Amino acid sequence: MPDVDPRIEGLRTEALAALASASDEAGLEQWRITFFGRQDGRVSALLRSIRDVPADQRAAFGAAANAVKAELEGALEARQEGHKSAALKTLTTEAALDVTLPGRPQPLGRLHPVTQTMRDCLAAFKEMGFRVAEGPEVEWARYNFDAARIPEDHPARDMWDTIWVNTLIDGERNMLLRTHTTPNQVRVMERTPEPPVRVVVPGKCYRQEATDATHEWMLTQIEGLAVDEGVRMTDLKGVLYGWARKMFGADRKIIFHHSYFPFVEPGVEMAIDCFICRGNGSACHTCHGTGWIEILGAGMVHPEIIENAGYDSAKVTGFAFGLGVERVALLRWGIEDIRNFYANDLRFLSQF
Amino acid sequence: MKLSLNWLREFVDVDLPVPELARRLIDATAEVESWETIGANWEPDKIRVARVLSVEPHPNADRLRLVTVDAGSGTQQVVCGAPNVAPGQKVAFATEGARLRDGHTGESTVLKLRPIRGVESAGMVLSEKELGLSDEHEGILVLPDDAVVGRPLVEVLGDVVFDISTWANRADLLGVLGFGRETAALTRKVLREPDRTYTESGRNVAELVSVTIEAPDLCRRFTASVIEGVTIGPSPAWMQERLQKVGMRPINNVVDITNYVMLETGQPLHAFDYDLVRGKQIVARRAVPGEKLVTLDGIEREFDGEMLLISDGGGPVGIAGIMGGGNSEVSESTKNVLLEVANFRAGSIRRTSTHLKLRTEASLRFEKGIGPEMAEYAQRRALHLFEQLTGGAVAKGLVDVYPGKQPRPAIIVEDERIARVLGIQVPVEDVRRILTDLGFVCHFVPPGRYSVQPPDWRPDVEIADDVIEDIGRIYGYDKLPATMLRGKLPEPEPTPLMDLRERARDLAVAAGFQEVITYTLTEMAKLERVVPPSDTVRMAPLAVVNPVASQHTYLRTSVRPSVLETFAANRRHAEAELRLFEIGVEYLPTEADLPHERPVLCAVLGGPRETRWGRPGSDRLDFFDAKGAVEAIFDHLGIRPTFAPRTEFGLLEGHTAEVRAGKEVLGIVGQVHPQTAAAFDIAEPVFLVELWLEDMVRHLPERPEYSAPSKFPEVRQDLALVLDGATPAGRVLEIVRSHRSSGVRIRADVFDEYRGPGVPEGKKSLALRLRFQAEDRTLTDNDVAKIQQGLVVRLGKEIGAVLRGG
Ligand SMILES: [Zn+2]
Repeated sequence: MPDVDPRIEGLRTEALAALASASDEAGLEQWRITFFGRQDGRVSALLRSIRDVPADQRAAFGAAANAVKAELEGALEARQEGHKSAALKTLTTEAALDVTLPGRPQPLGRLHPVTQTMRDCLAAFKEMGFRVAEGPEVEWARYNFDAARIPEDHPARDMWDTIWVNTLIDGERNMLLRTHTTPNQVRVMERTPEPPVRVVVPGKCYRQEATDATHEWMLTQIEGLAVDEGVRMTDLKGVLYGWARKMFGADRKIIFHHSYFPFVEPGVEMAIDCFICRGNGSACHTCHGTGWIEILGAGMVHPEIIENAGYDSAKVTGFAFGLGVERVALLRWGIEDIRNFYANDLRFLSQF
Repeated sequence: MKLSLNWLREFVDVDLPVPELARRLIDATAEVESWETIGANWEPDKIRVARVLSVEPHPNADRLRLVTVDAGSGTQQVVCGAPNVAPGQKVAFATEGARLRDGHTGESTVLKLRPIRGVESAGMVLSEKELGLSDEHEGILVLPDDAVVGRPLVEVLGDVVFDISTWANRADLLGVLGFGRETAALTRKVLREPDRTYTESGRNVAELVSVTIEAPDLCRRFTASVIEGVTIGPSPAWMQERLQKVGMRPINNVVDITNYVMLETGQPLHAFDYDLVRGKQIVARRAVPGEKLVTLDGIEREFDGEMLLISDGGGPVGIAGIMGGGNSEVSESTKNVLLEVANFRAGSIRRTSTHLKLRTEASLRFEKGIGPEMAEYAQRRALHLFEQLTGGAVAKGLVDVYPGKQPRPAIIVEDERIARVLGIQVPVEDVRRILTDLGFVCHFVPPGRYSVQPPDWRPDVEIADDVIEDIGRIYGYDKLPATMLRGKLPEPEPTPLMDLRERARDLAVAAGFQEVITYTLTEMAKLERVVPPSDTVRMAPLAVVNPVASQHTYLRTSVRPSVLETFAANRRHAEAELRLFEIGVEYLPTEADLPHERPVLCAVLGGPRETRWGRPGSDRLDFFDAKGAVEAIFDHLGIRPTFAPRTEFGLLEGHTAEVRAGKEVLGIVGQVHPQTAAAFDIAEPVFLVELWLEDMVRHLPERPEYSAPSKFPEVRQDLALVLDGATPAGRVLEIVRSHRSSGVRIRADVFDEYRGPGVPEGKKSLALRLRFQAEDRTLTDNDVAKIQQGLVVRLGKEIGAVLRGG
C-alpha cells in the first residue's frame, strides 16, 4: 500500500481528538463547522487540495481523503446519536415531572344548575313533541288569576302570595309578578286558533314569601299544556312518566293523588317513588318516610278555559302541569338548601 | 285542620291501620301532613280509669289530701295535691312503673312510689300535663262520667289526631262529618250521620224573633231558633276533650255546642244572648259606611258599605259570618239563647275578612263556599245538643228566611265523557256506588248517561267534569295506565331570539364564563351606579308594592349591578381569575302596558392570569380578554363585528368600545370605571361585556358563510408599519382586508404594537401578519411582492403609513 499522505493522517488524528474533546451539542456543532464547513472546513479544504496533488497520486489521495471524510462523518453521527439518547435519558430521569402537581387551570365555564335542569326537562318534553314558548314575567292579574279561574274573592288566591307592581292603570292595580307560569296556558291558546296545542313554557315566577331551605321568593317553573281532541288523563300520566324516568332514572314509578287547582278538573299532584330510600327508610329526609316524593301539580284543563280559548270543550280536552325546576334540581343532586341557587357562590356553582 | 280519629269513628267504622288510612285520604281527599298519637306511652295495665270514693285531709300537710279511689281492683289510698279532686269523679290513675311526664319539668319519667309526708301512696291521680295531653297541671284530669272504672286509659282517651290541609273549594272537609263521608266511600263502609232529633217544647219561635234579609245577594239563607231557660255551665267532659284535641278552648256549654257542631259539620253557628237582642228582631244588611262595632275580641271595627252586618233593633250585633259583637255575647248570666245558622256569599265573607284582617274559624269556612241546605242541618244538630246539654226548651219551629233558594239542576254525565277525560272506562256499578257513597243522587240512564244530583254540602260540584273528578279520585288514579299522546303535532313556531339566547349561553360557557342567575329585583341605589341620570326609562324602574325585602323593591332595568355584586361576593373567597355571566332581562317600563322585557347577556371578568408552573404572560386579565370573548362569540354566530371607542356611563373612557354590525350597536365591552367598581366593593380592574340579544338576532346569518378550503397554498408575509400613534389599528386592518388585487384575498392580523426607541415620537409601529391566497393558482414570490407593494402605497396614501426601516 502506498504511503498515505501525511496531511490526511494528521487531519484524521487531529479531528478525532477534537471530536473526543467536544463535550456538548455546541462543541459538536463547532467541530462540524471546523472540519466540514462548506467554505473553509478543513476536510472540504483537504478534498479541494487534490488539485495540487500530482496526477499519478490523485487516485490514491482521493480514496484516502474520502475514506477519512466518511470515517469522520460517521464518528460525528455516532457522537450526535449518543448525545440525543443521553438527553432523552435525562428527560426521563432528572428532568422527569412531578405528575402529581395540579394541571394548569383552564378557563372552563359552566351552566347554572337551574339552567342545566331546565334544559334537561325541556329536552325530555321536546322528545314527546312539545314546543317551547315563553311569556312575560310581569303579568296582568287577569291572566295570572282571573283567566285561570282564580277570582279575587276566592280563597284559592291564598295558594299564591303575590308581589304586586306599584302601577295604577285606570286607577286599578292590576300588574303583578306572575306567581306561576299558568297564565301562559291562556296566552298560548289565545294565539293558537285551532288545536292541537302541545307546548312547554319555562320561566321565572315570584312569590311574596319568606325564604327558607325549601322556599325561595324567585323560582323557575315549567308549564306544560297539551290540548286536542282525545287528550286524556292517561296521556298526562304517560308524559309525566316519561319525564320522571328521564330525570330520575328509568326504574322510577309515579302516582297521582287528588289535588285542587281552580284551572284544572280533575286536579292531581304527582309523586315519584323515593329513589333515595327506595321506600324503606322511615327516617328518610327526602320522602319523610312515606316512600313518595311530591313533585308537581297537574290536571285536565278546566272546560271553561277550553271554551274561553274558542275551542269546543265537548270535543277538545287538554292537560296541564306545572313543575318547579329548583325542586327537581334539589332532588336530583341531593342539595339540601334551595337558597344556594341564587346566592351564586362559585364554590357551589362550580360543582355542577 | 285537626281531625280526631275517635271523633271520625263516631260516623264511620275504621279498621285500617292509621298510616294506611292516611295514605288513602292523601290519594283521594286531602293532604294529611302528619298525625300525633295520644296515649302511645300509656301502658294498659299501669294507667287506668278510677273513681274517687272519698277525699280526706292529710294528717301532716295542709295542702295535701288523702284520696281513696276504686281502680277496679279494690280501693286504694293515694296522696294528692290537686285542688279540684272531689268524690264521684272519674280520674286517670297510675301505678308503680307507669311512664309519665314530670308535672313540673314535663320531662319523661317513670313513676316510683314513696311515702309523702309520712303517708304511703298506692299510686297517682294524674293531671293533663303528666299524661302529655297539655301543659295543664293546676288540677287533675276529670274523665267523662261514662268512663268505665278499671278500663285502661288508652282505650278511653287514646286517640290519633291528624293534621290535614284541605283544599280551598271544600268547606265540607272542615268538618269531621265530611271526612266520615270520604272515609266511608273510600273503604266501602256505611256513614252514620249525627243525631238531629229534639222535642220542640218551647213557645212558637215566630213570636220570639223576626228575621229580615235586606241584602239577599250577600245572605242567601238565615235560620234562627230560640232556646229558653238554659243553664250556663261547663260542657260535658267528652265534648271538652274533643274540642281541646283539635285545638279549641272550651268556654261554656252554649258556646261549646256552636263550636262543636261547626267542627262536626263545617257549618258555622252563632249564639246570641236572646235577652240582649234589641227589639227581638234580626236584620242582615250592608253596613252604613263608617259604622262601627266592638267584636267579641274587644276590638272596635269600622265597616264599609259592602260589608254585611247582622243587626238587631238597636244596631249591629255581629259581622256576618266572621265574628259576633260583644254587645250580645253569651255570658254566665244568659238565660235564653238565640241561635243563628245562616248562609253568606263566600266572596263577600272573604272580602270583608281580608279588609278587616280578621280571619276566624267561621270566615275560613264560609269563604270556601257552603251549601245553603247545611244551615238547617247544623241548626237541627245544635238544637239536639242544646236540649241534651243545656236544660233549655227549644222553641217550636224555625225561623227560616231563604230568598236564595234555587233548585239545583241535575248534572248530566255521559259515560263517554268519563272515558274522554280519564282515559279509562269506569264500570256503571262503580260510578253509582262512588257517587252514592259521597251523597250524590245518581240515576243511570241507559245506554250511557248518568243524571246526578250533587249533595247539599258540595257546592263545588257544578259541571260534569267535577263529578268525573269525584269518580276518578275515589275509583283510584292508580288504575290509570300511562299512555302516549296521539294525533297531530302542532305547527312549528320559529323562536329565533330564544335560540340565539341559548347559543349565546353555550358560547359564553365555552369561552370560560360561569353562568350565574341573580335576583331580578334590586334597589334604586344600585341602578344609579350604572345608569346615567339622562336615561329616563332605566331611571324610572317599576316598583313593587310588597317587596320581600327593601333591597328587592325595583324591577331591574340593568343586569350590570347584580353581576358586579356577584363578582365582588366571589372575590372574597377566590384569588384566581373570575369570569361570570348572566343572561337576564331588563324590565323597561312602557306607557300603560306591561314592561318590555329586554334580554341581555352581561359578563364580567377580572383577576390575575394563571401563571402556574412557569407559563409566561401578562399578569392580569384585561380589556383584550373581554374583547376576545366577544369576538369568539360573534365569530361563532357568524356576525362580523367592528369595534369603536364609546363613552358609556359607569365604564372607563378610553377603555371601552361598542360592538357594531354595520351601523347598529349590538353591545359594549369595556373596563368598569374604578369608581363604579369601588361602589360595588371591587378594588381591581374589572371588565364588562354586555350583548343585546334583540339587536343581535337581526344580524344572524341564515346559515354560516361557507367557502371550500383552497387547493392552493397560502403565502405568509409579515409587515411592519410605522404610522401616526392616533390611527386605530382597526383602520389599518379595514384597509388591508378590503384590498383586492387580481383575485387574491388578503387575511390580516395585528400581532404587535410598539412605541418607543426606534420609532419616532408620536408614531407607533404595528406588526401585521398577512396571508395571501388565490382561488385559482399558486402565488409566486413575485405575485406577492407586487400585491404587497400596491398595498403599502395605498396605506401610505390613506393613513400615511410607511414600512418600518423601509
Ligand atoms: Zn325516602
